[in-house]
Amino acid sequence: MIPDPNSLYGPLDPAPDAGWSSAPPRMGFFTDTSVCIGCKACEVACKEWNGVPESGLDLLGMSYDNTGALTANSWRHVAFIEQPRPAGHRTPPFAGTPTDASVSAASAAVAAGTSKRTGTDPGVPTGTPSAAARMAGGGPVDVLGAIAADPTAANPIAADPTAAGLGSAGPQFLGMPGAQPPGRGTGEEGRTDFRWLMMSDVCKHCTHAACLDVCPTGSLFRTEFGTVVVQEDICNGCGYCISACPYGVIDQRKDDGRAWKCTLCYDRLGAGMTPACAQACPTESIQYGPLDELRERAAARVETLHERGVPEARLYGHDPNDGVGGDGAFFLLLDEPEVYGLPPDPIVTTRDLPKMWKRAGIAALAMAAATVAAFVGGSS
Amino acid sequence: MGLRTFIEGWPVYRQLTGTDPLGRGAAAQSARSAGLTARTEDADSVARSVCPYCAVGCGQRVFVRDGQVSQIEGDPDSPISRGRLCPKGSASKSLVTSPLRQTKVRYRRPYSTQWEDLDLDTALDMIADRMLAAREQTWEDVDTQGRPLNRTLGFSSLGGATLDNEENYLIKKLFTAMGALQIENQARI
Amino acid sequence: MAEAHPVGFQWVMEAKRKGAKVFHVDPRFTRTSAVADSYLPIRAGTDIALLGGVVRYILDNELDFREYVLSYTNAATIVSEDFSDTEDGDGFFSGFDPETGTYVQDSWQYEGNEGSSGSGHTAKERDSASGLEHESHGAQVDGDTPRDETLQHPRCVYQILKRHFSRYTPEMVERVCGIPQDKFLELAEAWTRNSGRERTGMLIYSVGWTQHSVGVQYIRTGAIIQLLLGNMGRPGGGVMALRGHASIQGSTDIPTLFNLLPGYLPMPHHADHPTFDEWVDSIRHPGQKGFWGNAGSFAASLLKAYWGDAATPENDFCYGYLPRMTGDHGTYQQVLNMIDGKIKGYFLLGQNPAVGSAHGRAQRLGMANLDWLVVRDLFEIESATFWKNGPEVATGEIVPEECRTEVFFLPAASHVEKEGTFTQTQRLLQWREKAVEPPGDARSELWFFYHLGRRLREKLADSKLPRDRALLDLTWDYPTHGPRAEPSAESVLREINGYDVATGRPLSSFAEARADGSTAIGCWIYTGVYADGVNQAARRKSRHEQDWVAAEWGWAWPANRRILYNRASADPDGNPWSERKRYIWWDAEKGEWTGHDVPDFEKTKPPSYRPPPGASGTEGIAGDDPFIMQGDGKGWLYAPSGVLDGPLPTHYEPVESPVRNPLYGQQANPTRKMYAHPVNSVNPSPPEGHSQVFPYVFTVSRLTEHHTAGGMSRTVSPLAELQPEMFVEVSPELAVERGLAHLGWAHLVSGRAVIEARVLVTDRLTPLRIEGRLIHQVWLPYHFGFEGLVTGDSANDLFGISLDPNVLIQESKVGTCDVRPGRRPTGPALLDLVADYQRRAGIGPGHNAPAVTTDSEGRERSDS
Repeated sequence: MIPDPNSLYGPLDPAPDAGWSSAPPRMGFFTDTSVCIGCKACEVACKEWNGVPESGLDLLGMSYDNTGALTANSWRHVAFIEQPRPAGHRTPPFAGTPTDASVSAASAAVAAGTSKRTGTDPGVPTGTPSAAARMAGGGPVDVLGAIAADPTAANPIAADPTAAGLGSAGPQFLGMPGAQPPGRGTGEEGRTDFRWLMMSDVCKHCTHAACLDVCPTGSLFRTEFGTVVVQEDICNGCGYCISACPYGVIDQRKDDGRAWKCTLCYDRLGAGMTPACAQACPTESIQYGPLDELRERAAARVETLHERGVPEARLYGHDPNDGVGGDGAFFLLLDEPEVYGLPPDPIVTTRDLPKMWKRAGIAALAMAAATVAAFVGGSS
Repeated sequence: MGLRTFIEGWPVYRQLTGTDPLGRGAAAQSARSAGLTARTEDADSVARSVCPYCAVGCGQRVFVRDGQVSQIEGDPDSPISRGRLCPKGSASKSLVTSPLRQTKVRYRRPYSTQWEDLDLDTALDMIADRMLAAREQTWEDVDTQGRPLNRTLGFSSLGGATLDNEENYLIKKLFTAMGALQIENQARI
Repeated sequence: MAEAHPVGFQWVMEAKRKGAKVFHVDPRFTRTSAVADSYLPIRAGTDIALLGGVVRYILDNELDFREYVLSYTNAATIVSEDFSDTEDGDGFFSGFDPETGTYVQDSWQYEGNEGSSGSGHTAKERDSASGLEHESHGAQVDGDTPRDETLQHPRCVYQILKRHFSRYTPEMVERVCGIPQDKFLELAEAWTRNSGRERTGMLIYSVGWTQHSVGVQYIRTGAIIQLLLGNMGRPGGGVMALRGHASIQGSTDIPTLFNLLPGYLPMPHHADHPTFDEWVDSIRHPGQKGFWGNAGSFAASLLKAYWGDAATPENDFCYGYLPRMTGDHGTYQQVLNMIDGKIKGYFLLGQNPAVGSAHGRAQRLGMANLDWLVVRDLFEIESATFWKNGPEVATGEIVPEECRTEVFFLPAASHVEKEGTFTQTQRLLQWREKAVEPPGDARSELWFFYHLGRRLREKLADSKLPRDRALLDLTWDYPTHGPRAEPSAESVLREINGYDVATGRPLSSFAEARADGSTAIGCWIYTGVYADGVNQAARRKSRHEQDWVAAEWGWAWPANRRILYNRASADPDGNPWSERKRYIWWDAEKGEWTGHDVPDFEKTKPPSYRPPPGASGTEGIAGDDPFIMQGDGKGWLYAPSGVLDGPLPTHYEPVESPVRNPLYGQQANPTRKMYAHPVNSVNPSPPEGHSQVFPYVFTVSRLTEHHTAGGMSRTVSPLAELQPEMFVEVSPELAVERGLAHLGWAHLVSGRAVIEARVLVTDRLTPLRIEGRLIHQVWLPYHFGFEGLVTGDSANDLFGISLDPNVLIQESKVGTCDVRPGRRPTGPALLDLVADYQRRAGIGPGHNAPAVTTDSEGRERSDS
């Protein structure tokens, strides 16, 4: 199944592979969502340090997430997921209160259709219905195919919120075909369990970074710390990296055309400092350090959580044998990755390149060499 | 300098010599990237400060370059905050350098529909005159039974709780000496 | 706490890692609830019923920390036989005077002290918010009190407490608060388990607790629990107030408050304090135990700091210069006086009442009726532009061309552009170094007030009027530096610390204060912050280089003490309660108190010390009396004086409530401060009719992403984008009931205002079952206003003005309203809508619910 490890796939220490013979240990992030309090200090600290511009003043209706996604103008993004599921509370939060059914996936998704453009061209558009639908749990719910195509036309309430409920015969909730209005239930489906997941997402700094592999200008490069950085003085805005990213992280800034994303604070690392987001994080949800150490710490944390009765705790992006050779920024999650808007099984989009090489033989290799030579010309 | 020092000086021809044959790492590093430093490293000065938002009292380090605040971040030495800041504290540089900050005196004349400019010194003088006039008009020496009152209820003040102790001390001292009693604070709210 | 104080919350997470259980009680499920071990939704305004339930649980099961309670609290003290409880008075204690709506406290006193202790009639105390004076010390009571160490005497505090809370059962908690019984028991069991020699529990509240008509009694109830469980004065215990502003603690210590002078000395009252001696005696209360015995020294030293050479023992240190209170001069009274044209000028110093104070419309109308207004701020906040951009301009109530208020906006210096100290929420002073010069005309308050004072004195220099002497004799000679002549903040801090008048030597401790004029002290509780001529608040010894108490980081008042009343961390014999909880203890060999912190006790007074008969002041404090600022040296489970609305907390409904008080005939706090001003209509509550016109409970609080009235966050791009619009959170059930669409609009109507907000339908809100009825609550952030990068209607506009009687803080955490789908009307139609609601609710201008609740037949209940 898994092809032989090589520079483009499989376990690897990426910095030496990219020519850093005396590379320091690979550095990365471990984001433990089980202690995240959703304060967004990471988002702000990142913007302050890196001079990242505003990403739009839109109420997205995705719980407390008004950032929406990782974009060229948001290099950290805190996702909020409200779920009618147990959260390890001793007694379910709403046990014994007179509740009906939970808020529906549709309600969140419809809302997302009302968001405005944010001046960026992200891999995952902010406020897409599928992203918003995660809020209600159970993964991406395609309840709103029509709306996704044209939100304003398909949903008169979203287009004209003043119309909501006015003059109607009875309570109207969103007007969605097939969407169960909350509170309409018989009481049997009364919500008692609830949990509020928060997760600070960031560029994964993949071991095999497709964005880097496809970059024709050498703007994207592997640093000595094993991280992946866009060099703003080189990027020409071709946009190849955007479609290459299996996570939808990298994004183009509309006004300058260049691609931007988390640099893992390359300038701070060089000075022996902690990246801005990890430095600010009040609860140590974002931890920075040598990747090997972080992986050990993360494994221990998962074990502790399992012992404390949180069986759903699991790691994401930690495995060097996964489709991207493991992430430099990996996570402890409390639900399926899709719930947080993460792909369940990301695969580096350049995985098949070696296979093609084998088949094409010497000629292809020669071509590749020529291409490399072209890169050199472009980046020197 | 930190970790990068031992990296610096590597020849740019390393791609050709074979360590980075695909040109994705060391060879691709631009001159700008190679020369990057953390801007806190070359600050002219660092002030030990305290976050101005809530009352937790997180330590801040304020980095200054060429007379401008170049970065504000948590003070790792603080036993209260251990170098951490919330989103508001993290936004402190944007707060103090915000383009929305008003840096000129603004004056609105009675019945006017707009602001006009006013010199700071003139404003101070006008305010002093108005305080004295209001005090004069509303002064109370004694109550109906002849007991001392020594006060004016002609003007009042509502002070923020983001002022320094030293500032509050002078405010209270000056107003009290003027007989101004109606001095209040967010602490009442 | 995670929501409003995220960095402080790291310590809760740390405790959680070590196995602590976190319980979170809040009307809405917040970021704190998300990581808590248990979440209890509660009806806003019912916390005393919940906490009272815990008190009952402790007493009924005898789970109190008996050794601590017997020795350190007034549990054994016997109360006057004249006292009668709310249980017998249907919600009234003995001594209620319906004329003034206040209590005469004589019958609340300890046995044998009736009439000789306490405040007597408390009407004046309410108007002057005298409860605030007790921030640094207990209220007055005589030292010698009769006790029954067996706790069996029917009138001992323990038994009174037991009777008072006997009906606060789990069933009652459920009926009043909407908290299911098993959840309540989960909390009560966990709390009581963390008590005793080995364990402690901590109570943390945010200051929304103070914004209730019974706010002080909320905190009293928490304090009773913590005393019963032996959690006061011990590490890992306590009642922790999370205050919301960088130096709001400092703003009460060195107050800009009408009723206080620095160090919690009261501002003189014209009738009670005609002379210096009477003023001082009212503070030190001759015969009382404890450190307030030295009040004369603190008072004389303050006046000496103010008036220097002019202040002599012969002229009572210029006591005559001080202005006198005649009643309520608080900020809400002021605003109503502004509307009535009684006040000419107003200073706003980093404060935005147009958004941040209750009843925003009254605030703005008041400002529109001034002669002049001075706003000093970083940004053009709503309070600076109400005359052109306020909502009343849209409704036609304020017409710019007809509004005579002259407005001066003076830009202020930011926290990095000046030096000085903030006092954070644990009484810790931290000095800030100046990083850069303020831009343009921006100046510090220190600069503004120093130079304003200089100019005022110049203008009056030739005055012969007696009234001007106070200003002309004032010590006002602070050194200045730099091109802008910035006054030296350190020189002011030095004066606050105090100095020996003859030599100028900074004092090291308030014990050095003298009543003979030989010392000058700006704020006696801060004495020591400049000890040895060193700015102790500027200390920044890294946490890595000192122990966990970190005594060399900043400086805490009093005397750099980090935990108050820490004598209680040792047992009566002076030994640590346990090794785990070792903090301060008696070292018999050395004959002194020692430990991790500065002992909050006379250093060499042994645990065995017993005062001679009739001793008062510090001499009267026994070796096992840890609460040294209390008149009897004890922690007060029962407060015979000092709290104006009762010696024990009692559940009253919020002033605006959809339900009848299930516990007593008396509906709301009968002693609350009410204003029957035409602008201030209060929504009806049972047993008044028409309460169903405003069927929903609303509450407001903070979001992590914003700060207070938004002046420091809606103006800051990286914060504004994180919460870009005003919204209201509703439960799915209410959304259905009112036809509200997620992200659609809703508007909320109260008897004062109508505001609109985008709707967030969320599972985090739940309806509650109260007395068999379904009660819906909605939540709003109070950060929004009409200026800044992101704008929206102000939640505080919905509130009326009703105040806690102890401190005159408004009830702005709970009210009633109606919720309607869609946007609000604009222009005059908006006023019509409010008027329509007022008419339907039967509330005329200035309507207030009666202080004393009459029953359904309209029969006035008789006072017991």
